[in-house]
Amino acid sequence: MAQQCPNIPEVGDFVTINIGPSHPAMHGTLRVIAQTDGETILKADPEIGYLHRGVEKLGENLTYHQFIPLTDRLNYCSAITNNVSYEMAVEKLMGLEVPEKAQLIRMIMMELTRISDHIVCIGILGVDLGAFTPYFYLFIQREEIYEIFEWFNGSRLTTTFGRIGGVEADLPEDFEQRWEELKPNLRKAIDETDRLFTHNRIWMDRTIGTTAISPEDALNWGFTGPCLRAAGVKRDLRKDEPYGMYDKVNFEVPTGKHGDVFDRYIVRMIEMEESIKIIDQAFQMYKEMAPDAPLRAKVPKIIKPPEGEVYHAIESPNGELGFFVKSDGSDKPYRIKIRPPCYMIYQAFPELVQGEMIADLIACLSSLNIIAGELDR
Amino acid sequence: MSLKDRVERCLGDYATAFVECRGDLCVEVPVEDVLKVIASLKDELGFDFLSDLFGVDNSVLFEKKAKAAKKKKKAEDEALPGDDVPPPPRFEVNYLLLSLERNERLQVKIRVPEDKPEVDSVTGIWKAATWPEREVYDMYGIKFKGHPDLRRLLMWDEFPAYPLRKDYPLEGQGEERHLSYTTTES
Repeated sequence: MAQQCPNIPEVGDFVTINIGPSHPAMHGTLRVIAQTDGETILKADPEIGYLHRGVEKLGENLTYHQFIPLTDRLNYCSAITNNVSYEMAVEKLMGLEVPEKAQLIRMIMMELTRISDHIVCIGILGVDLGAFTPYFYLFIQREEIYEIFEWFNGSRLTTTFGRIGGVEADLPEDFEQRWEELKPNLRKAIDETDRLFTHNRIWMDRTIGTTAISPEDALNWGFTGPCLRAAGVKRDLRKDEPYGMYDKVNFEVPTGKHGDVFDRYIVRMIEMEESIKIIDQAFQMYKEMAPDAPLRAKVPKIIKPPEGEVYHAIESPNGELGFFVKSDGSDKPYRIKIRPPCYMIYQAFPELVQGEMIADLIACLSSLNIIAGELDR
Repeated sequence: MSLKDRVERCLGDYATAFVECRGDLCVEVPVEDVLKVIASLKDELGFDFLSDLFGVDNSVLFEKKAKAAKKKKKAEDEALPGDDVPPPPRFEVNYLLLSLERNERLQVKIRVPEDKPEVDSVTGIWKAATWPEREVYDMYGIKFKGHPDLRRLLMWDEFPAYPLRKDYPLEGQGEERHLSYTTTES
């Protein structure tokens, strides 16, 4: 019998069930205690903290550069976005101007991460709903993306990409060839997934209308990213508060209407297409750069930002990923606060799944793309 | 009209200090008035999105500053002994607000004393504050009055300390979690 959650009183014939923290359908170490009437959820209470490693406390005891590898371990599906977000916050604190070429390399890598993160989300959502085939179509291409990461960073998952003030290395010479090889396969995989899912009767029955949220509620709960756009709010930090070189590329921001699982899925599908377009444009701009253009701003060996505090947020695949860095003038940050996107989204979970079926709870969890690493920090 | 002027006009005497760092504007307000301030910022200036809420423990920073000030004073003149200004309240809670329409960000800061760590909860205005407030309570021991469900969030319920306070050691104090399993009769 599960430990009773203080939130949920035991009443009548209702059954309290415990899902997680170690459960095949839960992504990572998440735990939900749900009170059910038959198969309908009356109340759900998520319990988090099983992957709490104290990253923020550790950050106060490490130097600015030593913290970059820890940011890999936040959202391990899109490590590069975490790295760049943290680096940009420190650069803002120090007032550094990052060279354009480095910004382009960052942009290309970040968009590749966005694709791979969405692949994970959609693939696993399919598996959770019983559709196994698209998972393989997509994950083969994700593997190819990870090959690119490995060959650029030396590691696949925990990339430790970039340095404060720029990037450490130029794109290797055969990036173009690799990307041209990957692109048609990627498009084909997305297209095949689209054909297998979007108009599939079972898929539509399971996802349309499931755990829908209104735009007002979504904003009130602090939703960002694909989940907010699925609810119909056109907000994307790449467009609204352009950072890096995002104001120089053309892309569309897709939005949904109902904020249900289906809209979250379709928004992610379109975003992958848009990311491919962004990479193409960014690489075109990259090719026009001089081959010996600088990759890193002039950064002192020991980083000691002036006293102050800044917050900088970028659009990670999941939503607004922000870092608040407070410096006391020494070589270690005084306080680092991470604003993970899925932390805000997951707190709305009890409201989202109330009155839905238990199987929809799993679908909702996958579609929100909750990553325990960045949830618990 | 710049953001600072607008905030100044909207808050009037509530705004006790403005700090600008690299384009980020931060306004300090008294801890008692936080609900009023947040509500009027939301209604009048259109800050309709709570981006984040978090605490900071400033004890080490103030100690350092006091030491530096003492040194400086000693170097300058030996007069005026013993008129040390009491340090400002130990904790601070920051609210990161965002106006979706204008794409402006504003940081609202309140200072919370150690002997009375109580703040009004803003969960009535933004549901988004639910977990962040629980986390601040969990990590710093600041209580939020009017929070619907103020429990620990990341640490377990029986955890005896507040880990993000600066006097909590990095390697911990050897706390262990003991799970008690109960069986029900059937």
